[in-house]
Amino acid sequence: MTARPHPALIALTIAVYLFLIGPLIIVFGAALSDTSYLTFPPQGLTLRWFENIFEVAAFRRTIVTSLQIAFLATGIALLIGIPAAYALNRHRIQLPSWLSTLFVLPILIPEIVIGFSLLRSVAVDAGLPIFPTLLIGHTILVLPYVIRVISASLAGFDFSIEEAAISLGSPPAKTFFTIVLPNVRSGVIVAFILAFITSINDVSVSLFLTGPGISTLPIQILAHVEQFFDPTIASVSVLLMLLTVAVMAIVERTLGLTFLAK
Amino acid sequence: MQTILKRFAGWSLSTPATLVILLFLVVPVAITIATTFADEGGVLAPYLTFFSSGFRRTVLWRTIEISLATTAISLVIGFLAAYVVSKAPDRLKSLLIIAAVFPLLTGVVVRSFAWLIILGREGILNSFLLWTGIADQPFAMLYTQWSVVVAMVYLFVPLMILTLVGVLENIPDDVVQASASLGATPAATFRQVIFPLAVPGLIVGAVLVFTGSFTAYATPQLLGGDRQMVMGTLMHQRAMVAFDWVGASTVATIMVVITIAVVLLMSRTARRLNPMAA
Repeated sequence: MTARPHPALIALTIAVYLFLIGPLIIVFGAALSDTSYLTFPPQGLTLRWFENIFEVAAFRRTIVTSLQIAFLATGIALLIGIPAAYALNRHRIQLPSWLSTLFVLPILIPEIVIGFSLLRSVAVDAGLPIFPTLLIGHTILVLPYVIRVISASLAGFDFSIEEAAISLGSPPAKTFFTIVLPNVRSGVIVAFILAFITSINDVSVSLFLTGPGISTLPIQILAHVEQFFDPTIASVSVLLMLLTVAVMAIVERTLGLTFLAK
Repeated sequence: MQTILKRFAGWSLSTPATLVILLFLVVPVAITIATTFADEGGVLAPYLTFFSSGFRRTVLWRTIEISLATTAISLVIGFLAAYVVSKAPDRLKSLLIIAAVFPLLTGVVVRSFAWLIILGREGILNSFLLWTGIADQPFAMLYTQWSVVVAMVYLFVPLMILTLVGVLENIPDDVVQASASLGATPAATFRQVIFPLAVPGLIVGAVLVFTGSFTAYATPQLLGGDRQMVMGTLMHQRAMVAFDWVGASTVATIMVVITIAVVLLMSRTARRLNPMAA
């Protein structure tokens, strides 16, 4: 047992945590306030700002777009990311070393630059419509998360099990789906969840990839805040926080949240 | 034959992801960078335009200042908090980790918006100061450099805590115990054993925070507005308001160069300073 930290350090840590959680509680309170402006503590309690979200057409539309993009981008990222992560673990020696560098590039290049470059080259020069361009942007955004999480779970997988199945006559593709994939199931779930929440919350990639009638929820929030200062945004924020809670519950049940601190 | 098959399998499985990144990341970003060197005005003309504009130099300098301040503050409070978290009993520790993960997984827009409610002219902080009588008129806290820094520190402290808790937990207990049994005070152990072992982790955290704040858009836009323009908001303004694509690409290239330079430089430093590697 090591010595307890100095009381001053403990006091500082409590202050840091109040600083971390306080603002989110304030948003929660502001969403319930029965006033037409943002205030805390709430004056009178109402849920009408939550109803208001769905009365504003722009919010309805962008929520749908955000969900579509998040599901599709995550799906595509898993589809191409799982085989890549498998190849990186199983066939590492046969693959060039720059490949793993390539797969972290989306993290290295500033997101806002990715969005801008896609607008220029893919949407304007190549003439691809905005929705597929936005989808490509989000796929690239979440791909490194998928590859990293799946690689981490594959690192703990004993590939001799797979080899045993193959040497006993099971076709490689079938072996992958019946032996390898079920063993990294929790990794796949966590990869899905992290990619999904990253896509839903993204601003910087989406920023340039909006067009007539197509925008994402965070971009719509930014636009709304500049014109109105009513509690609608606070209630949208609460919805997003509830989504975060759901995400955390799923991660906790699969790999455990401490996985994220590694 | 077997190895050729294996090589083929490895290649074919990684090809889709490789192609997507090459085609939709490497090529578009390379084009963005290339256009800044192919301007009609001359090879470096867009950069001359950028650096000869006092306004844009101010924006670059302001972005560096905000990012350095954010990094320094996040490092200090993140490290101290992570130290306490890593020493907490197991149940409390998982609770504290959850309390750091929650804001991290909550979007940037939501977290920046929270500070809009707090720091606004009729915001919570001003109402509180007026109510207690500390101030007799509201302060203009929003749209200042410090409002951006505060919100940015808020954004990155959870990331710093989570990175450093992992690092601090990996410090072997026997090293700490050896130091104590050789007569070092807890403060000396902290300064001479724990801190040097945490330096590589501190550098990783610092790089994440610096590059994140240097390229941020939503937080400076909401809390700094046009008055505190930074590289991200300048790039957006150049592209979408002024339709100056070369200007926006120049800002983008400067961002990419600084980000990659910081990452390479600091990861080299982290490797050199790692006492466990020596």
